Amino acid sequence: MIELDDIDHALLRALSRDATQSAGALGKLHGLSQPATWRRIRRLQDAGILKGRRAILDAEKLGFGVTVFLGIKLATKGRVSLEDFERAISAIPEVQTVEHVLGLYDYRVRVVARDLADFERVLRRRIMTMPGIGDVEANVLLSEERRPGPLRGVAS
Amino acid sequence: MQIDDIDRRILRYLQAEPSLSTAELAEKARIPAATCWRRLEKLNQIGAYKGQEAVIDWAALGYSVEVSLRVTLDKTEPRAFDDFIEAAREVPEVLEIQTFLGRVDVRLNILARDMAHYQHVYRSQILTLPHIADIEALMQIATIKTAKGLPL
Repeated sequence: MIELDDIDHALLRALSRDATQSAGALGKLHGLSQPATWRRIRRLQDAGILKGRRAILDAEKLGFGVTVFLGIKLATKGRVSLEDFERAISAIPEVQTVEHVLGLYDYRVRVVARDLADFERVLRRRIMTMPGIGDVEANVLLSEERRPGPLRGVAS
Repeated sequence: MQIDDIDRRILRYLQAEPSLSTAELAEKARIPAATCWRRLEKLNQIGAYKGQEAVIDWAALGYSVEVSLRVTLDKTEPRAFDDFIEAAREVPEVLEIQTFLGRVDVRLNILARDMAHYQHVYRSQILTLPHIADIEALMQIATIKTAKGLPL
């Protein structure tokens, strides 16, 4: 693992807010030259810490008014059925994330839908029909906020 | 303002490859670059496309433990949600705060370097948050799908 100083942390924090900033603009904020900033970003990328970028889209404004988290317990387990389940659930377009977890459930799944009726369609036709599915708990997302996480540096 | 098929097409390509330039994006969506630029500007203005964020690999930064804490709050306390969320924002290891309608009230995503560190954060910074009635933990073993894309 590479050593990071406060400036690296500040760069990560700035980029996780806006990844489109140029090395020049970013450097100016932190008292670095453009090439020095660029070298630091390169180093963070090479270390696998900066893994690319993501477009931030507003689901609701694009017609997806409902986000639901499902806690799913499988009825039958075994290596093959886990992989089949993972492949099948990942193939559903409305399924945004799938996490294998340890605890009350086996999987945590994020589903996006146009409205509750659309969600019911996805749940009934696509998810409840999957082989091996057991208990399913649904929680409707009301609000969501991402924090900068454990990065040092100036507060956001 | 309405979102039409061209907007959706632009966002679909942008979502798949966020680093594309406006010109490359226009070519993929088979529209003139000026149109593409105008559309992106419009989508940005109405708040549908809010820009881009860097994806940080926390494990590469040394945070190999990720735990999802499902919290039930004491709802007899009218300020339970506000107080809890305000205090949770002060914990640097908290990566995500979500509120729900359902059996769970709030979910926190917590990062830790290892189990010992997690134990420490959990005891000294999470259990001390206000108005907690119950906590359940789900530990992440693997992420199977992370795209978070919208089915546009």
